[in-house]
Amino acid sequence: MSGVLVIAEQRRGELRPVSLELLGAAQALGGLPVAVAVLAPNPARFVPALSVPGVAEVITVELAISEFDPDTFESAVGALIRARAPAVVLMAHSVDSFGYAAALAARHGYGFATDVFKVERTGGELIATRGGYGQKVNVEVDFPGRDTVILALRANVFKPPEGTAAPVVSAFEAPAVESRSLGREYIEPPGGDDVDMSTAEFILSIGRGIGEEAKVAQFRELAQALGATLGCSRPIADAGWLPKSRQVGQSGKTASACKLYVAMGVSGAIQHLAGMKHVATIVAVNTDAEASIFSVAKYGIVGDIFEIAEELRRHF
Amino acid sequence: MKILVAVKQVAALEEDFEFRADGRDVDGDFLVMDLNEWDDYSLEEAVKIKEACGGAVEIVAVSVGPPTVDEALRKCLAKGADRAVRIWDEAMRGSDSIAVARILAAAARAEAPDLLFAGVQSSDQAVAATGIATAGFLGWPHAAVVSQFTYTPGAATAVLRRELEGGLLHELEIRTPAVLTIQLGINTPRYASLRSIKQAAAKPIELRTLADLSLNAAEVGEAGSSARVRRMYVPDKGRAELIEGSAAEQAKRLAAIIRESTGAA
Ligand SMILES: Cc1cc2nc3c(=O)[nH]c(=O)nc-3n(C[C@H](O)[C@H](O)[C@H](O)COP(=O)(O)OP(=O)(O)OC[C@H]3O[C@@H](n4cnc5c(N)ncnc54)[C@H](O)[C@@H]3O)c2cc1C
Repeated sequence: MSGVLVIAEQRRGELRPVSLELLGAAQALGGLPVAVAVLAPNPARFVPALSVPGVAEVITVELAISEFDPDTFESAVGALIRARAPAVVLMAHSVDSFGYAAALAARHGYGFATDVFKVERTGGELIATRGGYGQKVNVEVDFPGRDTVILALRANVFKPPEGTAAPVVSAFEAPAVESRSLGREYIEPPGGDDVDMSTAEFILSIGRGIGEEAKVAQFRELAQALGATLGCSRPIADAGWLPKSRQVGQSGKTASACKLYVAMGVSGAIQHLAGMKHVATIVAVNTDAEASIFSVAKYGIVGDIFEIAEELRRHF
Repeated sequence: MKILVAVKQVAALEEDFEFRADGRDVDGDFLVMDLNEWDDYSLEEAVKIKEACGGAVEIVAVSVGPPTVDEALRKCLAKGADRAVRIWDEAMRGSDSIAVARILAAAARAEAPDLLFAGVQSSDQAVAATGIATAGFLGWPHAAVVSQFTYTPGAATAVLRRELEGGLLHELEIRTPAVLTIQLGINTPRYASLRSIKQAAAKPIELRTLADLSLNAAEVGEAGSSARVRRMYVPDKGRAELIEGSAAEQAKRLAAIIRESTGAA
């Protein structure tokens, strides 16, 4: 095949949006034929959603279980790669792919890069770009001598294709596998009776820059005065300084309705940005002028959050 | 029972830094080293298992790196690791996650632990691959992004929760020996006491070489890596308009932006 094999991702019967973004990225690979595989019980149900322009083939892989299982995915995707010999395999940089992609690449000697946000192919040579040193530099990598390269792509970067198409649909039989782990149940994150961050229009968010728990009260009071909902980065929630329901980011809440996001002492890790980088007006306050939060902010203040907070309080 | 905890000494950039002459990495003079944040949690998780069963557990911290890595390993000894192993050979320089995993897998074969913990990712390169690639080389069961873990030493299985996007948890039971990558927040890592820091300074750090692990030079370093770095560069900075002036002036402007964006008078 020597084309692109895209592994679509579904969870609890829903196609994850990143699946279509992968198909958008696949089209930038210099016209290689694109096949997309979906692994699930009754996978045919996902075919219509994956039938978008640029897709030549949808491969359905029937699995007995609907939830992710490392052994099952490693075995099925591994068999698919051996059968199709793609030049490039695209998957999401997601918690599920964390669970098997590296093992697959390691065992079979594939080229491998994760959290890729730019991919190009010129003259048959594949080049992927990812971040390094806490996203402060870009790192360009290639894969000399590798016939197959697995790339795990960052979500919310590549544009999904629009429209519909009529790709060939084929079924691939996954080899039988005896899995060494047994899925039990999903547990919803604690919602509680706290605020719903996804509906907040103005969020004042605090990060590890606040330094100590005793400082939380000051920012809670400031948020109240400003009419903002107090949010936070993960370390603040992990430490129990604010409830988990206030955490913005990949493993927390998405600031879906937010129009103004003021980030104080938040560095802007990619998983935090996942929950807020879309907000129209982002203001970042950080002592580190190189913090990556400034790359998504509309306005930036290089300064101390306590000084700014104190001065800001006088205006409200 | 034995738990192997794979740790990494991560690098943060100094405010002003320069790239190496070949442009493929930052010049080592501009790096500030520390123990990876995630590894603090995986070490603590091992110590908790040991404490819960009254101590019949040996915790071995293992890291791949040059002598400067001893500092990170001493931190692990101070926080509860019983032994520390550092693996190094000049040929290992430039190893990516996959090459490091091959080395760790060889070390795990030699140590034969019941569990191998690694961090979900490292705070510098954030590849999120080393632990699971190690499991791949070993052929062991594995799970990534573990935010809750229950295991009784000697048991054939462990119960864990993977933390998925949006905070959704997925509980599963896994056979041991297994490799688990540990997520932030799974526990509250302890601080090392002054006394334990002093004791750790006196403990030996065991060294292992390529030959000790029956590896050859082509399997490690750049040769044994799954990708080759072409170049590193500072990306174009985003669009943030910097608000200049004194804190009072900056806050005044911020107040105006807030009023404007929220439509408040
Ligand atoms: C699978 C996975 C999921 C994750 N999910 C999330 C998530 O949902 N949400 C999330 O936030 N993180 C998440 N993370 C963690 C993420 O990688 C970072 O560790 C985290 O976002 C860092 O939080 P922070 O910016 O508050 O802390 P740090 O990165 O430590 O940044 C603190 C910042 O404060 C600044 N600062 C310090 N003092 C001051 C001062 N006095 N004035 C001004 N600035 C100051 C510093 O310059 C620094 O930039 C996840 C990680 C993984 C692997």
